[in-house]
Amino acid sequence: MHKHTMREPFLRISKRGSIALPHAWGIRVSSVILAMILGALFVVAVTGLNPLDVYASMYRGAFGTERNAWVTIREAMMLLCIGIGLAPAFKMKFWNIGAEGQVLVGAVCAAGLMIKIGAGLPNGLLLLLMAAAGMLGGAIWGIIPALFKAKWNSNETLFTLMMNYVAIQITSYCVALWENPRGSNKVGVINQMNKAGWFPKLFGQDYLLNVILVLLLAVFMFVYLKYSKQGFEIAVVGESTNTARYASIRISRVYMRTMALSGAICGLAGFIAVAGADYTISTSTADGRGFTAIIVAWLAKFNTFVMILISFLIVFLQRGASEIASDFNLNEEASNVITGIILFCIIGSEFFINYKTRLNRRKEDAK
Amino acid sequence: MKKLLALLLVLAMVFAFAACNPKEDAGKTPEGSSDVKIGCILIHDENSGYDAAHIEGIKGACAELGIPESNIIFKYNIPEDAKCYDAATDLVEKGCTIIFSDSYGHQSYMQQAATDNPSVTFVACTGDNAAPSGLSNLKNIFPYTFESRYVSGVVAGMKLQEMLADGTATDAHVGYVGAFPYAEVVCGYTAFFLGIRSIVPDAYMDVQYTNSWYDPTAEAAAADALLSRGCVIIGQHADSTGAPSAVQEAYDNGAKVYSVGYNIDMLAVAPEAALTSAQNVWSKVYVEMLRNFVEGKEVPTDFATGYANGAVAISALGASCAAGTQEKVDEVWAAIKDGSLKVFDTSTFTCQPAADGSYTVDAEGHVTSAFALDTNGDWVNDSGEAIEDGAFIESVHRSAPYFALRIDGITELNN
Repeated sequence: MHKHTMREPFLRISKRGSIALPHAWGIRVSSVILAMILGALFVVAVTGLNPLDVYASMYRGAFGTERNAWVTIREAMMLLCIGIGLAPAFKMKFWNIGAEGQVLVGAVCAAGLMIKIGAGLPNGLLLLLMAAAGMLGGAIWGIIPALFKAKWNSNETLFTLMMNYVAIQITSYCVALWENPRGSNKVGVINQMNKAGWFPKLFGQDYLLNVILVLLLAVFMFVYLKYSKQGFEIAVVGESTNTARYASIRISRVYMRTMALSGAICGLAGFIAVAGADYTISTSTADGRGFTAIIVAWLAKFNTFVMILISFLIVFLQRGASEIASDFNLNEEASNVITGIILFCIIGSEFFINYKTRLNRRKEDAK
Repeated sequence: MKKLLALLLVLAMVFAFAACNPKEDAGKTPEGSSDVKIGCILIHDENSGYDAAHIEGIKGACAELGIPESNIIFKYNIPEDAKCYDAATDLVEKGCTIIFSDSYGHQSYMQQAATDNPSVTFVACTGDNAAPSGLSNLKNIFPYTFESRYVSGVVAGMKLQEMLADGTATDAHVGYVGAFPYAEVVCGYTAFFLGIRSIVPDAYMDVQYTNSWYDPTAEAAAADALLSRGCVIIGQHADSTGAPSAVQEAYDNGAKVYSVGYNIDMLAVAPEAALTSAQNVWSKVYVEMLRNFVEGKEVPTDFATGYANGAVAISALGASCAAGTQEKVDEVWAAIKDGSLKVFDTSTFTCQPAADGSYTVDAEGHVTSAFALDTNGDWVNDSGEAIEDGAFIESVHRSAPYFALRIDGITELNN
């Protein structure tokens, strides 16, 4: 007759209480190695190319020459800046999916001044005005969903997400308004001749000022979150709103203050994109980085110094992927698959850090 | 600190794959035709007919000059934004000494790259900023696309005439899907329209813009909108197969409607509806630039050429074309080649008086003088007389089209 046996699940999953740091990083490193192997398998299967050549080409694309390395640094700084902006909001468990829009609004404000004032003011003053306008725009874009959340407990995830589309439409409208040449629906390089509103070169480097600004911001945010009273309030609200209420923290105020800060930094990122990297404005100024930066912030657990490394890793992957496309005449889509595999493995590794898994040996129950 | 160290290790491992990275030497001066490295920035990839024509063009030009294909570095899917500048400087880093970009909106970033890299020659195809920029290493090229559009218009006109004669159409109403409302597009649809009107004098046309060079959905929607207004032939200046596909669908549903495409033969997507496509033969334009470049001669700032040099064509006529079309087409090509037919003959069209002073008309509305270029950046043409011997002379003052007159008989629906 049927012998009753307890069927053990094939895979047992249990939450880890804690994990030793070396162990955690062991998992992360092996996830990257696994990603490289999977990516290599994909390359061989699809193209028959030598995967080592493909990875070498990725490296060349990101760091092959001084110029390439600077573009990689510039892009990493952009991503980092947005990640820094998102950190306080996410630490507060306020799901700010609206960085894309906050960056765009900041960029539009900055670009507007850049186009309208042009060489009418000394460059330093113009840049300060643009930065202030960008931060103000981003802050307003961030504070609106916070206000609704504080007053009517609206869902901030949907609200911030929808604000992105409003921002994209505003950007399209402004691009059509400022188009150059007329009819092209593109702004083109702003102030190409007099370079008004462009970041100055520092020590001969176009993008050094971006690096300094964003790194300063990283230090500020690290200190703010870890050592300031406001940072503590953010942490408490994020852990438990009841605890926060018990500690008589005014939650609505923390929401609004933090989202103003978060939006302002994203707006500043928009300003940096316009004045320090692109010298133009379009709906692709944010280029999805508002979403990618969420990965940066979460993977780094809101530690802005870890974010630096994650930003570099992601930008390296993106630039490497487009290099593969041009080196091997592959479609960009094919190289995005490699990026996807690598990101999937890295993000997936967090699962194995948070949960213990154990394989069960299947018992032979019938002879 | 351990975290940092570990992440650094991760990165180091990633980069370790590049240990065998061979350093390439960027040769800055072209010594022979096989040494020259050519960069090519494309707005889309080979799936877009326009870009496919450029890819064919540059490969064809290189083959003609004996430059191996491996010397061309392509950058696909580069949008008309700051990424174009990054792509251009990356090509410079890779040792390219001449770099082409294929879309109008790239030119502003090509100019930025040209300023930064004075030893490299930048050619913005379809651009118009080379001469005004004052840079010696920035160039513009363009084929006389208006010639092929005129001839494709003649093909459409023949069909329209047949339809009116046999009663399948009662109204000489045609439509046109345009990308953006500026000279390149205006010049093209006007030439197309004049081609039609050379056969059917009372034809009139609606233009619907998509505000994108490549958007199959928007182009199909624009074609549908035009069809629902009663247009029976749809021309296009946008790069996808969206419009011809939409017209074929309407044809399959019983409507007698036809399509004139651009860049590629549309018979594959619209076997019954497609009449022909206006085409550019970019290799003929590229080869002229490259030959001068590799031979160390002066590369012209603006270069444009047409049917006389084989730089434009129309694709094979579809089965739906009216009888006698091929003979008419041959006759028109011959007349364009020997100069007896001028596409923008001012006696063939009329305009409303200009509000901005960019052109003048006589009592009947025929243009008597028109400026070709804008020198002060207000988008109003103010210099360079374009009217010569009773015709608007296109693509001579500069390579990019500057015919932006809105002529009677054409209505822009959404400018």
